[in-house]
Amino acid sequence: MEKTKTHASQHPLRLKISNLNFFYGPKQAVFGLSLDIPINRITALIGPSGCGKSTFLRTLNRMNETIRHTRVEGEVLLDGQDIHAMDVVGLRRRVGMVFQRPNPFPKSIYDNVAYGLRINGFSGRLDDLVEHSLRRAALWEEVKDYLKKSAFALSGGQQQRLCIARALAVDPEVLLLDEPCSALDPVTTAKIEELMFQLKDSCTMAIVTHNMQQAARASDFTAFMLDGKLIEHSETPKLFTTPSDPRTEAYITGRFG
Amino acid sequence: MSSPRLMWRKSLNHVMLSLTGVAAFGVVSILFLILGYLMWNGGASLSWSFFTQLPKPVGEVGGGMANAIVGSLKLLLLAAVMGLPVGLLAGVYLAEFGGNTFSFIIRYTADLLNGVPSIVIGIFAYSIAVLPVKHFSTLAGGVALGIMVIPITVRSTEEFLRAVPGSLREAAMALGASKWKTIATVVLPAASGGILTGMLLALARVAGETAPLLFTAFSNRFWSQGWGQPIASLPVMIYTYAIAPYDDWHRQAWAAGLVLLGLVLLSNLGARYILARTKVV
Repeated sequence: MEKTKTHASQHPLRLKISNLNFFYGPKQAVFGLSLDIPINRITALIGPSGCGKSTFLRTLNRMNETIRHTRVEGEVLLDGQDIHAMDVVGLRRRVGMVFQRPNPFPKSIYDNVAYGLRINGFSGRLDDLVEHSLRRAALWEEVKDYLKKSAFALSGGQQQRLCIARALAVDPEVLLLDEPCSALDPVTTAKIEELMFQLKDSCTMAIVTHNMQQAARASDFTAFMLDGKLIEHSETPKLFTTPSDPRTEAYITGRFG
Repeated sequence: MSSPRLMWRKSLNHVMLSLTGVAAFGVVSILFLILGYLMWNGGASLSWSFFTQLPKPVGEVGGGMANAIVGSLKLLLLAAVMGLPVGLLAGVYLAEFGGNTFSFIIRYTADLLNGVPSIVIGIFAYSIAVLPVKHFSTLAGGVALGIMVIPITVRSTEEFLRAVPGSLREAAMALGASKWKTIATVVLPAASGGILTGMLLALARVAGETAPLLFTAFSNRFWSQGWGQPIASLPVMIYTYAIAPYDDWHRQAWAAGLVLLGLVLLSNLGARYILARTKVV
């Protein structure tokens, strides 16, 4: 473990997770997990269904707190600050999230992107920031003439990019992506991956994915989880070519999960 | 072969199917019978003066129920102002903050309140809004109807809020919205069509209530002198006119019935229109 961790630790860190435990009522879902997430890199979380990777991802912006009877132990540092000591609103502004299924609000495209800015009391030029966010999400050219139209008029892939634009509008340092492509076709998936690559300069990303090819293509670091525990974490090419744990090898070669 | 048995099963099937069909036809025909009878009798007595004139003194033919139409609208306005906000907020509580014993109690209470006979609610309104001031008033009628509006609004608001997908709440909260902000800016707007529909139906439901108005708003043969004075309403006028011994009054009661039904039907149609236009959820 120590040897594989040093790779990510050589980069400056955005998030440092130490000994994280998570419980749904009496049932523990994450066990003593420690992980370093470096700045402006993409970290992929892979593992079989129910291994706790989404649960883990959702502890990073404290989304699990919206679920009753849950409990978290351990430390998560964002730029050296403990996220559990932070104001949750401020934390979620800095750590954005994109969900498994596109979930645009039943509002116009414009209002979707502007939502985060408005609720945070932003008082600058909304138009410019909406355009900027849509450009960052590679959606501007497709929607610039339809900004007042309902977000539901967009295709699934466009909706997901709109959700990314919505998350980017408040300019988060970290973007958490919870299986963002699982409801999309391969062409649209490729677009999202291309977009992630473009965003890397300005944003740290952590992506949960079922799709190992996607992790291999799109990420810089990969963490493999099994039964709520971190099994292996290293640079993506290394994890997929010469995994050090036999369970990692069994998973990536398709022997289970 | 079990042929007799098969025959028996087939004929039983036919009999049951016919019975359900007859029952369904009965339901529809009762509604249309009422509608047709009302239109036949009421339509003939309906005239422009019904909408513009006050009731004529006993013995004089003609006149209208302008005061009762305005009265019903005023009573509904009061019911809306008093009942809808409480119902809305309680519905929000049940859908968004509920899930414990307390919300179970509220939900159960709302259902019980919905089942309380309207005359009992009338007595209650009488004791809190009529007895203390010692005279009937528009306000007291509004209290009675407002109480009846609450449970219907609570439950319909709760149902429509529950239909809003949880993923929308998550999306808003992931952007840093507080719980209340999420509800106010995302959940309520998404459910607004349905909630509005529920409110209209609640008002339509109490628009035809007679019993609770008999000893709260009472009635009035003239224009009401203000919110603190008795006021005429369509249901009470129908009651008074229908049991009176004058043929002309009977005709007017039919006309009033038709107008009341038209009012309820219109709000129902309006509600459906709103719901059809906002099929977001």
